[in-house]
Amino acid sequence: MKKLSARRRHPLAALVVLLFALAATGGLYAALAPAPKAQADDSAQSLAITQGKKLYSVGCATCHGTSGQGSTDGPSLVGVGSAAVDFQVGTGRMPAQQPGAQIPKKKNIYTQAQIDQLAAYIASLGPGPVVPTKDQYSPAGADAAKGGELFRTNCSQCHNFVGRGGALTDGKFAPSLKGVDPKHVYEAMQTGPQNMPSFPDTTMPQDAKADIIAYLHEVDSSSSPNPGGFTLGTIGPVSEGLFAWVFGLGAMIAIAVWMAARTSKAKKS
Amino acid sequence: MSTTTESPSRRQATHPGERIAEWTDGRLGLYKLAKSNLRKIFPDHWSFMLGEVCLYSFVILILTGVYLTLFFHPSMSEVVYHGPYAPLQGVRMSDAYASTMHISFEVRGGLLVRQIHHWAALIFIAGMIVHMMRVFFTGGFRKPREINWLFGWTLLFLGMFTGFTGYSLPDDLLSGTGVRFMEGAILSTPLIGTYLSMFLFGGEFPGHDFVSRFYSVHILLLPGLMAGLLTAHLILIFYHKHTQFPGAGKTEKNVVGTPLLPIYTAKAGGFFFLVFGVISAIAAMVTINPIWTMGPYRPDQVSTGAQPDWYMGFSEGLIRVMPGWEIRAWGHTLVLGVFIPLMIFPLVLMAIAVYPFVESWITGDKREHHILDRPRNRPVRTGFGVAWLTLYFVLLIGGGNDIWATHFHLSINAITWFVRIGFFVLPVLTYWITKRICLGLQRRDRDKVLHGRETGIIKRLPHGEFIEVHEPLSQQQLHVLTAHAQPRPIDLGPEFDENGVARKTSPVAKLQARMSRNFYGENSAIPKPTAEEFEEITAGHGHH
Repeated sequence: MKKLSARRRHPLAALVVLLFALAATGGLYAALAPAPKAQADDSAQSLAITQGKKLYSVGCATCHGTSGQGSTDGPSLVGVGSAAVDFQVGTGRMPAQQPGAQIPKKKNIYTQAQIDQLAAYIASLGPGPVVPTKDQYSPAGADAAKGGELFRTNCSQCHNFVGRGGALTDGKFAPSLKGVDPKHVYEAMQTGPQNMPSFPDTTMPQDAKADIIAYLHEVDSSSSPNPGGFTLGTIGPVSEGLFAWVFGLGAMIAIAVWMAARTSKAKKS
Repeated sequence: MSTTTESPSRRQATHPGERIAEWTDGRLGLYKLAKSNLRKIFPDHWSFMLGEVCLYSFVILILTGVYLTLFFHPSMSEVVYHGPYAPLQGVRMSDAYASTMHISFEVRGGLLVRQIHHWAALIFIAGMIVHMMRVFFTGGFRKPREINWLFGWTLLFLGMFTGFTGYSLPDDLLSGTGVRFMEGAILSTPLIGTYLSMFLFGGEFPGHDFVSRFYSVHILLLPGLMAGLLTAHLILIFYHKHTQFPGAGKTEKNVVGTPLLPIYTAKAGGFFFLVFGVISAIAAMVTINPIWTMGPYRPDQVSTGAQPDWYMGFSEGLIRVMPGWEIRAWGHTLVLGVFIPLMIFPLVLMAIAVYPFVESWITGDKREHHILDRPRNRPVRTGFGVAWLTLYFVLLIGGGNDIWATHFHLSINAITWFVRIGFFVLPVLTYWITKRICLGLQRRDRDKVLHGRETGIIKRLPHGEFIEVHEPLSQQQLHVLTAHAQPRPIDLGPEFDENGVARKTSPVAKLQARMSRNFYGENSAIPKPTAEEFEEITAGHGHH
């Protein structure tokens, strides 16, 4: 130690200490830093993100900003998650045709692969709800009766008792749920699109969501039974009243006119 | 035989049917009753059969209602559903709802009878409105029929509440919401609201009593009252004889038509089966009130599209478009947003109920009327009727504002504002338009009487002039167009008497005179052609 101590004022001592320090931090980093991902996986993910960004720049950036930060015409997409993208683009709501009270669903022009790429890009902006897997949203094995109670408690005040939709303020509306893909129903509950509140797993567990989907499948699909005959839209008494007036009373008046025209009195000359 | 000893002069009845008839007549006096009434004449017009639609719907309601009572349990005790409808398996519900589910899915013909009952109810009340408006527009309510008008109106009023209590019985989510709505309306009554609500529901809403209470009201109290009123209504029609439209040979002293037996009875009987058939066909094909889709009532749940049946729709409209005003003072809240609609609701109905009395006061007309008016000849009355209907239907739009919004892609707020403004503006506008149309039709009648019918035939005269050939009306047609009276408005006389002193006239009399001028004055009547005018024109060249 004497030798070291003797040379501590050597002009090159500082340089040697610096070299040692650099070697130590570099070595420690090399030893402790997280291992990089598998090479092949990484390229697919980044490829999807790159492709998604290209699609995004064409279809979405006008309103949501060049990197999803949002603008006066559209909200920020950081943290909305892939489920939101899959719902909005998958149902044709996004890209929006025009601004308005609410963006209605329309024909979807993206393939599922393109939607997945867009979703990957948006998911890369910040963590958010992930697209559900089939066993999460499948109605098989779920309790439709429990789903009905949940639906009437949480959903029917806007969507009507069998999901036929309803009006909200200023031209906004809760859309009909008839024929909506169970995946999209699930994603809507997860992400709360447009005017809908979100029901994350913390407030409505996965099983409950599947129950609701099972209930809708029972009462609002093309295979649901209609024991009473034509349903008149299942939108409550307004359509029934209209039907009673137009067809019920209409038939009565038609018959009355027909009967009164067949009179027994002598014909006028 | 005992009868021979009592009335030896009478011919011995031989046929068994004849003997039965003799036996009954000796105890009920049927011969006399039948003799005076079987040949009673009823005039023939399709609009006179609207009341029959109501009568027959009422009979159908009683028949199907009795069937439903055999299976319905008016009980709020809680049960767990284990019936055939899968989406409600294991759900807790009231016995009332469970038994309605049982009727709908397990009782033979239950759903059909339920649907017949409900469709018949909607058509019953729609029929009453149309029947009432027929009587209104033709002036059928005038002396001596004012009481019968009130009976009819009361039937409409009771019918609405019978319908409402029936709608509430199944205790499904929709009906429960309706009952909650009613409870809210009761609660808004100043001072006594909470007491009333507690009294009606036997405690806090919904409690365990309301279904059984509504049940008694629905199947016993209201139908009983209605059956009594209905009988009185029909007896009065018999007593007054039916009104008839003006026409050749029809006077205030006769009734032209067909006798009760056999023709009218056969027609009416056939009509009953047609009405029953139409309602049954509708009920067999079209769902009404699918309670299984709505689930049992729970006060913490609600669905959009929660409307009452159409006849309560105007009250729903009143509530929906009323701004949510509130007055808070001394620790109490006066909910004007509900209380004002609750007060306007009976006023809307009362306006039409008291009209006959108002009209007879305005016109000072105390004569009997058996010949109906043609609506165009009474423009003020017709205008008022259309204005009332406008108000009623504008409120119906307000009651279904959410359905209008979703189905016509409108903003619900815009519809609400349309109804708010329309409530005040549209009745005035339609009154004015209707009155103008009536006057136009009167002018046309006058023109037709004097100049005949336009034939559409163009004739060229030798000197080149083109004229349209007008065909004179037949004697019958002329009678119809000119038979109506055109009374003079009430004249208060000169303002000053012969000595130049101002005559005393009460403000009420002045108001009456003013309204009378409005009703019968020159702004409401185109003078009908006089005999001289007619002769002068028809005597000369037949056309011009």
